Amino acid sequence: MYETKYHKAGSVADAVAALAGADEGKVLSGGQTLLPTMKQHLAAPTDLVDVRGIDGMQGVTVGDGSITIGAATLHADVADNAEVRQHIPGLAALAGGIGDPAVRAMGTIGGSIANNDPAADYPSAVLGLGATVITDKREIAADDFFDGMFATTLDEGEIITAVRFPVPQRSGYAKFPNPASRYAMVGVFVAETGGSVRVAVTGAGADGVYRDDGLEAALGSDFSEGAVDGVAVAADGMLSDIHASAEYRAHLVSVMAKRAVANAG
Amino acid sequence: MSEGIGARVARKEDKRFITGKGKYTDDIRMENQAYAAFVRSPHAHAKVKGIDASAAEAMDGVVAVLNGHELTGDGIGNIICGWAVSSKDGSPMNMGAWSALATEKVRYVGDAVAVVIADSQALARLAAEAVEVDYEELPAVAFADKALASGAPEIHHNAPGNLIYDWEIGEEAATDTAIAGAAHVTELEVTNNRLSPNPMEPRSAVATYDAAEEHYTLYTTSQNPHVARLVLSAFYNVAPEHKLRVIAPDVGGGFGSKIYIYPEEITCLWASMKTGRSVKWTSDRSEAFMTDAHGRDHITTAKMGFDADGKIVGFKVDTIANFGAYMSLFSSAVPTYLYATLLSGQYNISNVHCNVRAVYTNTVPVDAYRGAGRPEACYLIERVLETAARELGVDPGDLRRKNFIQSFPHETPVIMTYDAGDFDGNLDKALAAADMAGFPARKAEAASRGKLRGIGYSCYIEACGIAPSAAVGSLGAGVGLWESAEVRVNPVGTIEILTGSHSHGQGHETTFAQVVAERFGLSIDNVSIVHGDTDKVQFGMGTYGSRSGAVGLSAIVKAMDKVEAKVKKIAAHTLEASEDDIVIEGGEVKVAGTDKAMGWHEVGLAAYTGHNLPDGMEPGLKEGAFYDPVNFTFPSGTYIAEVEVDPDTGVTEVVQFTAADDFGTIINPMIVEGQVHGGVAQGIGQAMLEQVVYDEDGQLITGSYMDYTMPRATDVPFYTIEHNTTVCPNNPLGIKGCGEAGAIGAPPAVINAITDAIGTNDLQMPATPQAVWSALQTVKTPMAAE
Repeated sequence: MYETKYHKAGSVADAVAALAGADEGKVLSGGQTLLPTMKQHLAAPTDLVDVRGIDGMQGVTVGDGSITIGAATLHADVADNAEVRQHIPGLAALAGGIGDPAVRAMGTIGGSIANNDPAADYPSAVLGLGATVITDKREIAADDFFDGMFATTLDEGEIITAVRFPVPQRSGYAKFPNPASRYAMVGVFVAETGGSVRVAVTGAGADGVYRDDGLEAALGSDFSEGAVDGVAVAADGMLSDIHASAEYRAHLVSVMAKRAVANAG
Repeated sequence: MSEGIGARVARKEDKRFITGKGKYTDDIRMENQAYAAFVRSPHAHAKVKGIDASAAEAMDGVVAVLNGHELTGDGIGNIICGWAVSSKDGSPMNMGAWSALATEKVRYVGDAVAVVIADSQALARLAAEAVEVDYEELPAVAFADKALASGAPEIHHNAPGNLIYDWEIGEEAATDTAIAGAAHVTELEVTNNRLSPNPMEPRSAVATYDAAEEHYTLYTTSQNPHVARLVLSAFYNVAPEHKLRVIAPDVGGGFGSKIYIYPEEITCLWASMKTGRSVKWTSDRSEAFMTDAHGRDHITTAKMGFDADGKIVGFKVDTIANFGAYMSLFSSAVPTYLYATLLSGQYNISNVHCNVRAVYTNTVPVDAYRGAGRPEACYLIERVLETAARELGVDPGDLRRKNFIQSFPHETPVIMTYDAGDFDGNLDKALAAADMAGFPARKAEAASRGKLRGIGYSCYIEACGIAPSAAVGSLGAGVGLWESAEVRVNPVGTIEILTGSHSHGQGHETTFAQVVAERFGLSIDNVSIVHGDTDKVQFGMGTYGSRSGAVGLSAIVKAMDKVEAKVKKIAAHTLEASEDDIVIEGGEVKVAGTDKAMGWHEVGLAAYTGHNLPDGMEPGLKEGAFYDPVNFTFPSGTYIAEVEVDPDTGVTEVVQFTAADDFGTIINPMIVEGQVHGGVAQGIGQAMLEQVVYDEDGQLITGSYMDYTMPRATDVPFYTIEHNTTVCPNNPLGIKGCGEAGAIGAPPAVINAITDAIGTNDLQMPATPQAVWSALQTVKTPMAAE
């Protein structure tokens, strides 16, 4: 591995300062993607700024009609949180199915969505629930946050501190794991929030997580598995690789949408 | 007795393995140890125009950067294939030059062009990245059929059209005539998917040169350290055999991939001499995917003809085998003598013909991997048989029974002589254990849950215990395939067995001790097994092809025969009895029918004190033997897989798996069942999950577990395992071998079950969810799930 300077930030201000002072700094928030990438010499940041120890970025807070999750909260802690399980069961189920127990004990929600891997689980929940991404500078609506594969609208040096989720009437997630990596080959998050239905798809789209208008319209008028049958999901714009063609992914979007509806609670 | 042949004895070696105290090659730490990192080609095919190592050499802690011109300049020889297979026109195989470090050209992604030796592994790797190689890219070809097409890039100048050999076995004209006159002909095209061996322990080497003694020591991950020493000495000119010690300590799995001598081991030895440092290299998983010899990779078309009664009249096979960029040590034998010779399967067929074209491509070399040729043969025959049964509308079990070989010995048209077996018995046991009668009800119940349930068989036969030395020699093998043993009885009566077999997961320290303990009436605690070190053990051929029981143990039995004869002479002399009256039992050497006896340890002591031995007898109690088998052994069995397919996604679950095997005599059923479990898991892996994928340009797509699907615990069911034993008549213990059966028998059973479930025979391995779903879309009237 190349030489890298490690900073343990005590506060968001500390982290911002450390990043600003670095040549090519990177936020470390679990490192479940970043560290393997560095081991393979595919990334070589001069500085790593570890935000996991920052007090204000931890845990789950219940507000009026919303649940806010600190950006450095572990997947395992979201999955096990009683409030999340009660109010947004789809989100708890999603967090409990990320990677494996080791990944869930290290990875964080902020790290996941900042990386915006096109096959990550969390982006679908953030988009599907219409969450708000809170940073050291501002609040960004989910619809404005994800910006294509591995890209977000975060500014250079901007740090996610929390994600605020509105509590939905119901929500559900279903994923088809990649046979080898177990990342989402297709993951569909459905949520009915404030009377409207959102459907977010991860793993399938060539531009990363996206909302499916057709499925939203169909489920908006009839939140049932049967409603999905009438919706044609196009293969255009889908990823295609050795594990799944675009056509197969498009088909799986329909199947996973039905299962997400069936799972919704 | 409770520890003897047939006892489920817990493995003696597991204490060190499960407490983390195993001693593997990477655990070896030499004084003054440096680390090697290889500079590897990112291109599948390119000219090497120059290497600039100046930046790497300037780094603090870098000992040396060495290249292929220096290596060949020092007289290190090319890597060879040790089995000569000629084309049908009599011309020898076209073996291209393979230097441990490439000089003029690189021929696959991962081909090494230079090595960095440095004070730490991290530094060596960093410096390797700083070596600048000037490549001129050349067109590449990764697929065997495309490599044969006209205009394909030429990989070796002495292999026109990338053809290594064009070989055949059997009578072509007679087979064609038989098929032309057949009442029914089944034709099938199958691919046998390319696999990466993935032993848990990656390859590793630690090489040390002692300048004062002009002597080398190599610790390495080898299944056959003596063969490694022989080849390193005789062909690669590293050092004469007596100046080279090869030690294969604990080895964490091989599956064939650790038979061969690779560029890295050769380079480490040479570099240790060049630098005066011990040189260690341990592969990481990415290097393992890029450089460990792959397995399988066949494209085959087959025709099987049947008469009006359903008897097979002819079987014609045409196979293209992908060899990768270079010919690995046993590569030539795999799709010929280990594949085509098994194409008669369990069936009495008068006419079999097989043509095999071996082809260079710009990919990792391909060689033997668990089963080696026999899985390819079994998969082909059993898929064709099952397809034929469906076309003919007959029960697949009945069609097989009608064609089973019933009497032994049986000579096939593809040069094998099967010595024993009970194929009907295997099938009967499997059908009963799998509850065939209950299948329709299980299928209906699955349908009520929206699942498509299917069942499939395979009746496999394989050839193990390779093999009579004269026979393999006449077929081109560069070595004999006997095995050696030495039995040392110590003065206190404990026993050390020095075996030429090598254990890299097989449990020899337990099973070999069981055989010895039973023979002399001792506890297995009094027996230790020594293997894996050319300085300790006499020359031996090592472990592959399920040969350690059938060949390695037979050598031990021969040596024990000699020990027993001497023990009886000593006891007869001491006890003043006739040798013929001496019996060995329960730790005593007795005069039958009397109360006269010596303790086993007393005989040992007598042999070593030499105070009172028969006239002319040498002191000591130590005997050696070499055992050369008279034939292959022929394990067989029937496997039945039952699967459920989710038609919405193509996801397939193996819900039931039954194995009825005939392994001959079984020493330790627990260990044998473990071999079946592991083999079947790898077989299910091949059938449903695993595949090495290269793109058209020879870039390796499945370079990590992100894309290469290894079987996980949830991918395999609990197995039902039955034994239907007929003993092997040709070795002293009646052993056939069990190490590869699972990987041979499982793939066709699984695919036959899936094709049964989805209603089409048009499916290739691996049957991934996408492949099964896609196949289902082609079925006009899929079987109703509801």
